[in-house]
Amino acid sequence: MSYLIIEQVLNGLQYGLMLFLLAAGLTLVFGIMDLINLAHGSLYMIGAFLAAAFFQAIGSFFPALLLAIVFTALIGIILERLLYRHLQRMSHLSQVLATFALILIANETIKMIFGAQPLMIGMPASLSGAIEIVPDELYYPSYRLLIIVVGLMVALGLYLLVNRTRIGMWMRAGASNPDMTAVMGVRIKPLFTFVFALGAALCALAGALLGPLLAVSVGMGESILIPAFEVIVIGGIGSMRGALVGSLLVGMIDTVGKLILTLGLRTLFDSATASTLGPTLASMSVSLLMVAVLYFRPTGLFPARG
Amino acid sequence: MNPTPFNASASAQTPFTQGLPGPWTAIFVAVALAIYPLVMSALDQAFYVNLGSRVLIFALAASALNLALGYGGMISLGHAAFLGIGGYVVAVLANNGVYSAWLSFPLAIGLAAATALLIGVVSLRTKGVYFIMITLAFAQVFYYLAISLPEFGGDDGLQLARRSSVPGLDLSSALSFYFFVLFTAGLAFVLLYRLVASRFGRAIVAIRENERRMAAIGYPVFRLKLAAFALSGGLCGLAGALLANASTSITPHTLTWHQSGLLIVMVILGGSGYFWGGLTGAAVYLILEETISDHTEHWNLVLGALLLFIVMAAPNGVMSLRQHLAKRVGGARGHGTAPLAATSHEGEAK
Repeated sequence: MSYLIIEQVLNGLQYGLMLFLLAAGLTLVFGIMDLINLAHGSLYMIGAFLAAAFFQAIGSFFPALLLAIVFTALIGIILERLLYRHLQRMSHLSQVLATFALILIANETIKMIFGAQPLMIGMPASLSGAIEIVPDELYYPSYRLLIIVVGLMVALGLYLLVNRTRIGMWMRAGASNPDMTAVMGVRIKPLFTFVFALGAALCALAGALLGPLLAVSVGMGESILIPAFEVIVIGGIGSMRGALVGSLLVGMIDTVGKLILTLGLRTLFDSATASTLGPTLASMSVSLLMVAVLYFRPTGLFPARG
Repeated sequence: MNPTPFNASASAQTPFTQGLPGPWTAIFVAVALAIYPLVMSALDQAFYVNLGSRVLIFALAASALNLALGYGGMISLGHAAFLGIGGYVVAVLANNGVYSAWLSFPLAIGLAAATALLIGVVSLRTKGVYFIMITLAFAQVFYYLAISLPEFGGDDGLQLARRSSVPGLDLSSALSFYFFVLFTAGLAFVLLYRLVASRFGRAIVAIRENERRMAAIGYPVFRLKLAAFALSGGLCGLAGALLANASTSITPHTLTWHQSGLLIVMVILGGSGYFWGGLTGAAVYLILEETISDHTEHWNLVLGALLLFIVMAAPNGVMSLRQHLAKRVGGARGHGTAPLAATSHEGEAK
């Protein structure tokens, strides 16, 4: 029983860290460029599809992952140059609409190229087994452990990038006051492009890593976009620390909450009802958490702008 | 975020009179909408009568959203929730044997308005992006509720055995249902007109333009916005009730954020803050969907490209193009100095 909970805690950590990869990019774009990018999930989907396509072409996981990251970052740069740079000067409403339009375009284009059937990415053979964490009691898939390790490393890397480098200093300055930053002599436009490309690369990393666990399908972007938005709103828009705390919070509530709610509901309802109610109540509680946070702190837990 | 002083719209028309219809336009629209189904049924085109009903229903929903979004400046990405609540009230009542529209419609409107009131109390504390996201989160809660509760039919939604019953009217035929929708939506449009032309309507437009100043003058800004949001939700609930009747079913798809996005699309297509914006947008959207889907299965691609174009070329919607054109033509003829182009809302939402 307790091992079941430990396993779910690990799953929650894994889901939370993947959410963080998306939320980190989203919160930077949001915070620095003051831009609502509903199409962030589409970059994640594009990354996953590119990884699947490269995997089918070369048959090897990690090179496919790298290629997907590079190409998604390129797509990000092109989008930023062609579209987001102009959107940035427009109202939030225009941004919502234009990026909503991008979702429609991305979904339909992917459907035209790859078809409506989900694609599969094979797991690297060396990682398809399970690792014995507690002898005979707790096994955990090594691939999921890899995701956790990669997620933690990226989180650390982003922390160092944002807090210890010059470009990170510009990013923080940009998030707290972009106009002032530009006046102080930071060339803000290349910074926007860099931030956007970084966000796209992180999306692709998350999409490609989750590819072997989920089916790579059209619409996968939307299913992770809403939790990612909830994360950054809970954490405070523009704040990296907020994105990490928010991701872990949302990941845990969603995953561990599912288990606890399902087990708890079993005492009230029959098990079939409980196992359909549990997951949806967990998803609902994430939304309600966000509502509660915004009620008490209308700009999130760690607001970047004073 | 800070409203800059003295940035109020510099166009010749003030924001208050912009987009209010003259009486002749209203009469023309009403007559055209009444003749349309008669022509279509004379041509034996029941399909187009049904399409007309759907246009009117979405026109109502979009106009309701327009009250909050266009007039009030509250960008709600969660209006699908109210549409869904209205629909589910009718469907759940029908599945329990209650078909009377006298009971289900007021309940649908009331419950949607009450929900909007509660959501508004929490959401209107936040601003900008946070407001967009919190309304989205609330709508997701209702979506999850609908797919998880067996009483609501889960993923499949609920079927209605027949349409709601109104004494003295048989709604089962396409034509009679159309006129029922036209009458109901017409009442709602009259109400909306009275609202936006009233002191209340002017106050919420003024709040959109400069909230801080309105608060300083002494207007109860929060209560006015809340009232507009709740009214908007209630009218959306009415649209939902009609929608469930139109297709004699309701599915959780009505509650998705995609649907909320489409409602915003309709408002923007038509022109946010213009009285006929909702009707124009819904008509343009649904007619485009029908015609383009006939030719290609990639309707969403076309819609996406079109939307992107509209956002870039006419950020204030199709209705604003008329003014743009008038201004261009006026400027070319050299009639005085045209006011500085300032109909764009770009500065105000930041």
